[in-house]
Amino acid sequence: MTDLKRRSLIATLGAAPFAVPLLAHAQALDANPKFKQIPSRERIRQRYFPNLELTAHDGRKLKFYDDLIKDKIVIFNMFYAKCEGICSPITRNLVRLQNLLGNRVGKDIFMYSFTLKPKEDTVAAMKHYAHMHKVKPGWLFLTGSANDMETLRRKLGFVDPDPEVDKDLSNHIGVIKYGNEPMERWGGCPGMQAPEWIAETLSWVDWPENLAKKKENSAKAKANGGGK
Amino acid sequence: MAYISKRNLRKEKEKQTAADNRRELIAAGFKRRDLLKMGLLTSAGMLIPKKGLSARPLNTRGSFDDDEPNSPQTTPFQELMPRLPVLPQVPLSSLNPQPTAAPQPQFGEARTVAHQAFADFPPQRYYEMSEREGTVLMAPQGELPPQTIWGFNGITPGPLIVERYGVLGRPQDGSILLRLRNNLPLENGGFGLPSVTEHLHNGHTPLESDGFPCFFMERGQFYDHHYPNVYAGVKSTHQAQGGDIREAMHTLWYHDHRIDHTAENTYKGLAGAYILFNEFDTGNENTGFKLPSFGDGQNPLTSFDIYMVINDKVFDNQTGLLKFDLFNTDGILGDKFLVNGKIQPVLHVSPRRYRFRWLNTGPSRFYQLFVLGPNNSTKSFWQISTDGNLLERPVQVNSSRFSVAERVDVIVDFTNDAGKTFFLENRLEQEDGRGPTGDVLGAGQGDKILKIIVDGPVVPDNSVNPATIPAGTYFYGFPDTNDAPRITRTFRFERGNGQWQVNGQLVGGCEAPPRFRIKRNSVEKWIFQNNSGGWQHPIHMHFEEFQTLSINGNAPSGTGLITRGRKDVFRLEHNMEAQVYFRFRDFVGRFPLHCHNVVHEDHAMMVLGLIDDVGDNKTQP
Repeated sequence: MTDLKRRSLIATLGAAPFAVPLLAHAQALDANPKFKQIPSRERIRQRYFPNLELTAHDGRKLKFYDDLIKDKIVIFNMFYAKCEGICSPITRNLVRLQNLLGNRVGKDIFMYSFTLKPKEDTVAAMKHYAHMHKVKPGWLFLTGSANDMETLRRKLGFVDPDPEVDKDLSNHIGVIKYGNEPMERWGGCPGMQAPEWIAETLSWVDWPENLAKKKENSAKAKANGGGK
Repeated sequence: MAYISKRNLRKEKEKQTAADNRRELIAAGFKRRDLLKMGLLTSAGMLIPKKGLSARPLNTRGSFDDDEPNSPQTTPFQELMPRLPVLPQVPLSSLNPQPTAAPQPQFGEARTVAHQAFADFPPQRYYEMSEREGTVLMAPQGELPPQTIWGFNGITPGPLIVERYGVLGRPQDGSILLRLRNNLPLENGGFGLPSVTEHLHNGHTPLESDGFPCFFMERGQFYDHHYPNVYAGVKSTHQAQGGDIREAMHTLWYHDHRIDHTAENTYKGLAGAYILFNEFDTGNENTGFKLPSFGDGQNPLTSFDIYMVINDKVFDNQTGLLKFDLFNTDGILGDKFLVNGKIQPVLHVSPRRYRFRWLNTGPSRFYQLFVLGPNNSTKSFWQISTDGNLLERPVQVNSSRFSVAERVDVIVDFTNDAGKTFFLENRLEQEDGRGPTGDVLGAGQGDKILKIIVDGPVVPDNSVNPATIPAGTYFYGFPDTNDAPRITRTFRFERGNGQWQVNGQLVGGCEAPPRFRIKRNSVEKWIFQNNSGGWQHPIHMHFEEFQTLSINGNAPSGTGLITRGRKDVFRLEHNMEAQVYFRFRDFVGRFPLHCHNVVHEDHAMMVLGLIDDVGDNKTQP
């Protein structure tokens, strides 16, 4: 298969979601019938974290993987500013979480809310929303092109397998996801869970030195007659 | 006009889109041959309909189809189906420190609650296992790279634990202690959380040893599990007899139950099998119920009782390595079927009767297994248990349906089949993590998961022929359901804003107070509700088996004994309401009630409760 053909495929399919993997598939078959040795962290990046350009509520242009995910502990969810359902309660809940996590937010833990309505949620609208909820630094509200935001939503699993249900945006805001990118630990939990519990959940994917500290403290507590 | 359901309309539209996609690809310069070569087109000219490139807006893993291509090709029916290795006992003297009723945090024990039944049922035998990384081959040599898994003793499925109840009147003789060590690595290779808790599903186990999802064992720690292996009622309703024999359990399993991370950890290999024999189900076909002999579990000439751990997995098309969809909340389906750790293996049998113990470890698929014979014939067999609990007698069936975590024991009679070949075939259609569509495919149209060749030597068969068992109860009778429940509780399983809920609530977390409290030695009636036409949920309760009183208002009927059998997983199908009957006996402590589609479970489809001597009156916990 020629390069020309590959290029023409991409051109024809344009933003069609299967263009890139199809190409990868073709290359895999062309180059070597057997398998590639790709580090798992890199495969996760390829599968879930397209390096799309997003705009934050402070006006900065940021690359999704390079600037937002790489080397960080992250918590993220979907939102839209004019949401009558549980967007606001979840945002308020996450504000409490941000306060609980203290000065680690913005240092090694980062919080992101991606809009489901990129046309409505302009930088100004997001800025207003963040200000209204007293969001502190280290937590970004992010928008991008409609296509990119849709790609992101699907890549990050804020989807319903029933296309009809999937159309209702309120079905994509109940869950928050979290992870530690370099350590390849990922999980999800309800956005309305108690902030203390979300913080606990997050501690399971913390850096090794913090995990060790936590284990030591818990062992001491148990030895002193504590425990559940 | 022909009736076309909404579902079919959707399918039609998808087919149309698939055809459009194919035209686009061909217009782009791909020859049909190229697409075939790339595995994107079937010989009939349709784009691969289920996985790979297809028109469906989302794949089974909640992402674009084409983004999660098919697993690499593997050749089926080349590898022998392994028989699970039996875990050897260890001497007490080898355990350092020596086990005690009190937790031993000073030596690195993760347990925080004292063994409540250590004095009543002191351990008679000891086992030790290490949860650690291992390397295994799941496909024929060279077809997939060696897989790095997490397993009990570094293998998956883990070793088979074969134990025995004490004879009636001597319950303490069944008691064992299992020491588990967490030797998992810090690096997970892409998924898995090296913080674990092990559940013996579904032992009548004191709850500090049961594998409560919040009782974590961190790396470098150990946890002593005390399994008394006693019949329910041993300290209450049937104390004099040493427990109620009608509560005997025979086919169990153990698996990781780490809150929020069970799916990835079990998928990565942390699951194994557990068998309990007694003086009736003896493991010897010359005694008791005369069920096919277990032998040593290995020798094909003497071992006719075979545990089959079944699961489905998907492998990365580029690296060939086991792949887990990290951000899926719906349920994960694999396109490769494994039995005892090998993809589509082969089992050679002799012309005689066998007991197969089928377990589905998930993560999300439901099965309906048939025994497919020559010329697409369907061979009937005998189902003898539900979730490891013997029915009153064997029931002749053409298939058995079981969702995640359910077990089915069957007897298949190959006596007159010398020279023939059969397949275990799953004919239950399932397209995504929501559950099966309800359609059962035709013979030969399903997924063949195991090839069975009847080419073994003729060997004696002294096992009972189920066809000759006279009418009436052959195994144990079912416990009665006459005692009035202390309380009736309703549990509604649902989805709100894309998040799983039970009775409109979230799981609440480990530190939250118990959602409800059950009074020890009481009877409760529970109502399970699923108001969705889209989702199905295998609902699992720990610690006690239940009996089904009604399904959608009707007493269990149809398949007769099978829907009346004792269970620990209720398969809550579309728009279903079921009433079930529980007795909670003997022990106290914290427990979970949860969906065993482990992806749903990890996204909070769970209620954490407590059994104590007080109880509460919450009818909708």
